[in-house]
Amino acid sequence: MTATISTVNADPPIEARNLAQQSLTVVWRNLLHIRRMPEMLLDVTIQPVMFVLLFAYVFGGSIAVEGATYREFLLPGIMAQTMVFSSAIVALGLTNDLEKGIVDRFKSLPISRSSVLIGRSVSSLIHSSIGIVVMAVTGLLIGWRIRNGVADAALAFLLLLLFGFSMIWLGIWVGSLFKSVEAVNGFMFTVMFPLTFVANTFAPTEDMPSWLRFIAEWNPVSSLTASLRELWGNAGPAVSDAAWPLQHPVVMSVVWSVIFTLVFAPLALAAFRRRSRD
Amino acid sequence: MSDVPAVEAIDLVKRFGDNAAVDGVSFSVPRGSVLGMLGPNGAGKTTTVRMLTTLSRPTSGTGRVSGHDVVAEPNAVRRSMGLTGQTATVDELLTGRENIRLIGRLYGLPMKYIKQVSDELLERFTLTAAADRIAKTYSGGMRRRLDLAVSLVAHPPVLFLDEPTTGLDPRSRSELWEVLRGLVRDGTTLLLTTQYLEEADQLADDIVVIDKGKVIARGTPTQLKDQAGRASVVVTLTHEADLAQAEVLLRDCVSGVHVESSARRLVAQASGLADMTLIAGVFADSGIAIDDLGLKRPSLDDVFLHLTGHRAELAADTDVEESAVEEAAR
Repeated sequence: MTATISTVNADPPIEARNLAQQSLTVVWRNLLHIRRMPEMLLDVTIQPVMFVLLFAYVFGGSIAVEGATYREFLLPGIMAQTMVFSSAIVALGLTNDLEKGIVDRFKSLPISRSSVLIGRSVSSLIHSSIGIVVMAVTGLLIGWRIRNGVADAALAFLLLLLFGFSMIWLGIWVGSLFKSVEAVNGFMFTVMFPLTFVANTFAPTEDMPSWLRFIAEWNPVSSLTASLRELWGNAGPAVSDAAWPLQHPVVMSVVWSVIFTLVFAPLALAAFRRRSRD
Repeated sequence: MSDVPAVEAIDLVKRFGDNAAVDGVSFSVPRGSVLGMLGPNGAGKTTTVRMLTTLSRPTSGTGRVSGHDVVAEPNAVRRSMGLTGQTATVDELLTGRENIRLIGRLYGLPMKYIKQVSDELLERFTLTAAADRIAKTYSGGMRRRLDLAVSLVAHPPVLFLDEPTTGLDPRSRSELWEVLRGLVRDGTTLLLTTQYLEEADQLADDIVVIDKGKVIARGTPTQLKDQAGRASVVVTLTHEADLAQAEVLLRDCVSGVHVESSARRLVAQASGLADMTLIAGVFADSGIAIDDLGLKRPSLDDVFLHLTGHRAELAADTDVEESAVEEAAR
């Protein structure tokens, strides 16, 4: 008992920690959550696998695609969708932490407040990346192939991560604005479904009514999907009357990611700071 | 350094729109002492604590913890205090041990030290058996104790406790009080908010009573009880019909007699046991049957009633609007 009191009361040997170390600690904590509740991964595993199987086998026969089989066409679309949903994962995680008072706890510590956001972003990217690996394996099993070189293939995965990174800012913004997990869930799904469906993700845009086609082809998700298909060799070249972004999908994926980051990062940081200040 | 108060609030104000949740609160907590902030829900207690723990920026006024300004030197403040929130902010999916480790790592403590200190804290808060279970499986009392253990990992000299026992059963509550007394014995300064008058009476050296964002009274528990007036004698009659006659009899011996509207009860001011004996004799002679005769010393509840005109517990249920303000603060 004497030993107990002496150690607890001694001045603790506090070491200086930098932002990276603090963020890593938050990542460790967030990943422990996934280990404790593996069902958290359903949104990037069973759900997209179900999508793949449903689309490949139910709709696949009736959707005609130029230059590739429908299953090859489908996989990049599903992967893009999985990455776009990383914003919802961030938002839900952040709102949950805000609601439960965990963020308050972190903020009462002598640490950089950004470590909460960085840790949340990194763990969400890891979360989504697990989904990408699951999708790739599922794809390989049903006939999806990477047909171009290693460099192109790697670039495609990098583009996915970059796009996911930009979507995370949207997630932080939404997560800081809304007061409950239910509200975030409702909002994100209302936004994410049209965003990922009114696009070239599951069907070619050529057969859509012209107004819808216009929206779909300018949808950033279409640029990402088209760039993946181009880099992996999962589709023929864009049709000649397709909108400009689909003619230059790789460049446009980068451009959209940069625009999203530039727009949403300041909004997200301001909203988080506002939520933090009061 | 020793004469620097552990916590100081100087005219702290926090406004949300037009609404002042905290409206000029000042107090000082000497090192090693316990200050109880007493008030109903929505009185501004949580908002005051949030300002002093750097979670919320004061609209105006000054707050200092261990001499450090909460606005100018937030990190110095954060290094010198621990906070246990209104709802226990433990991570439900982490084990007790991992919760302590998480906060220890964020403080920048080496793993070896954390291992040692978490064993000791778990032991001290009787959580050793549950140390490797996730906190979701903990009872309310265990969560509070874990929350407290987590707050203590870097051994802060000042500890803020926002309604530490709200929602706990009486046994867990008194266990937690014992833990807090232990901390005080070890030299920790406590600032605790509470809606429970008994809790402030049990733990605090000094009390500030807060209502509608303002300090309406301050002093030691004894001083506050003195403010509420002297002891009173309560006579409960067997038959309501005797009420009028009993009142006349009582007025002959003591002052300040009034009939409690509720039932067959009369309350009068009494200076002590001598009055009690007198009254007992008078009623025995008159033949009026009485159920009960008792001396009632003022509780902090009476203090609150005396100061605000409403009972603390009642206020807690009805001040919905103001608790919404504190809700917005979170």
